[in-house]
Amino acid sequence: MIRYILRRLVISLPILFGITIITFGVIHLTPGGFTSVHMDMNPNVSPDSIAKLQELYGLDQPLPVQYVKWVSRLIRLDFGRSFLDQSPVIHKIGQRLPATLLLSGLSMLFIFMLAIPVGVYSAMHHNSRQDRVITVLTFVGYSVPTFWLALLCMLLFGVVLGWLPISGIRSVNHDFLGPMGQFWDYVSHLILPVFISAFGGLASISRYTRSNMLEVVRQDYIRTARAKGLPRSRVYYVHALKNALLPIITIIGLALPGLIGGSFIFETIFSWPGMGRLAYESALSFDYPTIMGIAVIGAVLVLLGNILADVLYASVDPRIRL
Amino acid sequence: MSNYMRVVAMLALVGFVTLSGCGRMRSQTQVPDPSRTYPPAYGDMIVEGTIADPAILNPILASDSASSDVTSQIFTSLLRYDKDLNLVGELAESWEISPEGTVITFKLKKGVKWHDGKPLTAHDVKFTLGRYLDPTVKTAYRSNFEKISKSAVLDDHTFRVWYAEPFAPALVNMGSMPILPRHLLKGRDINTTDDFNYRPVGSGPYKFISWQRAESVILQANPEYFEGRPYLNRVVFRVIPDMAVQFLELQNHGLDMMGLTPNQYTGEGSEPEFTDQFNKYKYTSNQYTYMGFNLKKAIFRDKRFRQAIALSLDKEALVKGVLEGLGSVATGPYTPSSWAYNEDVKPVAFDQLKARELFVAAGYRYAKDGRLTKNGKPVEFTLLTNQGNRNREQTATIIQAQLKEVGIKVKIRVIAWSTFLSEFVNKRKFDALLLGWSLARDPDLYSIWHSSRMGEHEFNFVSYKNAEVDRLLVRGRTTFNHERRVRIYHRVHELIAADLPYVFLFVPDSLPAVHRRILGIEPAPAGIGYNFIKWYVPEGFHKYTK
Repeated sequence: MIRYILRRLVISLPILFGITIITFGVIHLTPGGFTSVHMDMNPNVSPDSIAKLQELYGLDQPLPVQYVKWVSRLIRLDFGRSFLDQSPVIHKIGQRLPATLLLSGLSMLFIFMLAIPVGVYSAMHHNSRQDRVITVLTFVGYSVPTFWLALLCMLLFGVVLGWLPISGIRSVNHDFLGPMGQFWDYVSHLILPVFISAFGGLASISRYTRSNMLEVVRQDYIRTARAKGLPRSRVYYVHALKNALLPIITIIGLALPGLIGGSFIFETIFSWPGMGRLAYESALSFDYPTIMGIAVIGAVLVLLGNILADVLYASVDPRIRL
Repeated sequence: MSNYMRVVAMLALVGFVTLSGCGRMRSQTQVPDPSRTYPPAYGDMIVEGTIADPAILNPILASDSASSDVTSQIFTSLLRYDKDLNLVGELAESWEISPEGTVITFKLKKGVKWHDGKPLTAHDVKFTLGRYLDPTVKTAYRSNFEKISKSAVLDDHTFRVWYAEPFAPALVNMGSMPILPRHLLKGRDINTTDDFNYRPVGSGPYKFISWQRAESVILQANPEYFEGRPYLNRVVFRVIPDMAVQFLELQNHGLDMMGLTPNQYTGEGSEPEFTDQFNKYKYTSNQYTYMGFNLKKAIFRDKRFRQAIALSLDKEALVKGVLEGLGSVATGPYTPSSWAYNEDVKPVAFDQLKARELFVAAGYRYAKDGRLTKNGKPVEFTLLTNQGNRNREQTATIIQAQLKEVGIKVKIRVIAWSTFLSEFVNKRKFDALLLGWSLARDPDLYSIWHSSRMGEHEFNFVSYKNAEVDRLLVRGRTTFNHERRVRIYHRVHELIAADLPYVFLFVPDSLPAVHRRILGIEPAPAGIGYNFIKWYVPEGFHKYTK
């Protein structure tokens, strides 16, 4: 097992390297550039100042030189400083990560807590009216654009009913609240975004669970269990579910990068200070060091997530050996 | 899915939408009676919405407007504009320009203190200027100061700069330079002074308290501010990147102030639930939208052709259609709030009949199908504009329709901003473009209209050349006498308007809304922000009491 993991890690290195080359190439080939976005069309900034800035940021050097410099810093785990605000990239990511982790972690938790029972229920009542209602609801959640649903919910629960705050992660007077008040402040700001993102994610997990369950219940050992006279719910929830959940492990592994990646649209609508917005904003402003930093971390997590999924899978399913 | 299910799902959605849409605003708070006067009081807090998170709170390194909105409350400069857009002293008690216009001497106010209590002196001014000119500092504004040949501290409160030749914008450039504290930054690499760049120490009306990235910046009134302690105790800038959500937050009282779009201003913003709680303001902005021609292209070289196009466009209809009437028709390179604006220049009339005559006079013919042709070929051109600006996209569509009426086919291309600049504008690969200028208060437009500014990355991208305008622009920036400058720039306005290198389209209005509990706001040519420190919430109406 350890040898397997080591081998996978070693193979991942050239992949990671390739990803960085492609990302670096793509962002530098995109027309425009850092100084172009921020200073062109500002009559107070002369072309000389722009040329000087290009030089200070090292953007006047050939691309391969810029790449080698970047890699040599990365090897020392130095992601460089953001062009936009001169702060270390790792710092920027560190500032944004907690908000995204909190939101996506909670919503993932809710998705699993809801989607698995829902999926099992659908499978048990396969093709019944309840099953169809659930199917419609989860697909509505899947297909409704989150930003639209978010705006409607903000209008309803915020402006009209006044039950919940509209956006942000805490109130402007958060610092003045007591400990309980602060806690409730966070909770109330979390309700809408967690609910809406969970609603959107319900479909895939519940469908997976449902179809896996339907597959598993056709197996002989389930028939045996039923023949023994075990109650239906025990057969489903104890005997079948365990095996039906195996593919979910793969999904968890693949969800790892999504957990920290955040969603740009979602975070923009909810004014959530997370990673999705950071990635989008740095891409729009050609903040090369930040884009590269986020890309590297994302790539590492994808690779790790894949390895993790394989390892977990092997450890729970005796039919698979590494 | 069965039909039955489909109907249920639709009904549920429709019900939800109507429920959300018909609701009335819940939170109505007590606001001061507008017919009464209330004495000013200290306290409370104002929450402003901003689309983008500031990049960095050191004004020398920042080049985004979100940053300067914040730093302008924290830092001060030698001069500033008053409510009528005259330059007045801020840190400077007085200033003197030598008769030949090459030496400027600033006398600083005494007793001004940094937020950490240290005195602010002429050494700080000299230090700041030195940073702007330091080639290792990543500032975009170096060129504003490159004409300076020498600078000196004469005594603790007197500072002097020498120029090789007279340069009128020098006063504004020097005067609007935010002064940095030497005692905190001396001998350090200003690009990486993280402790200062994210926790700035200034000398302005508000002190920095905290900054949650992508969330909010909080400032606290500076009781020692040399022009008097601001009444509002705190200012919070809340980052809300979506305009629709910003408006919801305003309606929900999560914000006290934001700039409205014309739609919001005339739509929900004119409902009584809104106007009971918010004051709306409207004043002309210092920006304009234009259609610029690439004068290097044969088709646009003929002035009669450009005039005919200008005559074909109904500018009033654009103001009505795009800005809901909240703006005015532009007449030239200056906007009505500027002293350089020449009121005698009238907008080009809307007269498609005359336009047709002009086209014919210029050698164009109308084909049987109504299309305008030259040498048998139909006349058409491409209008470029940038993505993400709905006003411009709408304007382009209206222009397309109006020019179709006079037989010209216009193709519209909407391109992402950075590609638009680097591949089309900078390389001069365009026929016509739809863009806007946001102008500085000094009317020196040398960089936009002088014929020496046609190089790549330079701003005379339409390749406009008029010898008299060139001469006047040079004279305007070397003359300090205000009356003479007024005459010069009025003439520039007139000449450029007549030459029509652009069709000047419209000047949008600024449309801020502020919560009614906040009093003391007096709209003026400079807008509403000039007397921010005098804004107050009367006793008994404070919302944030702690």
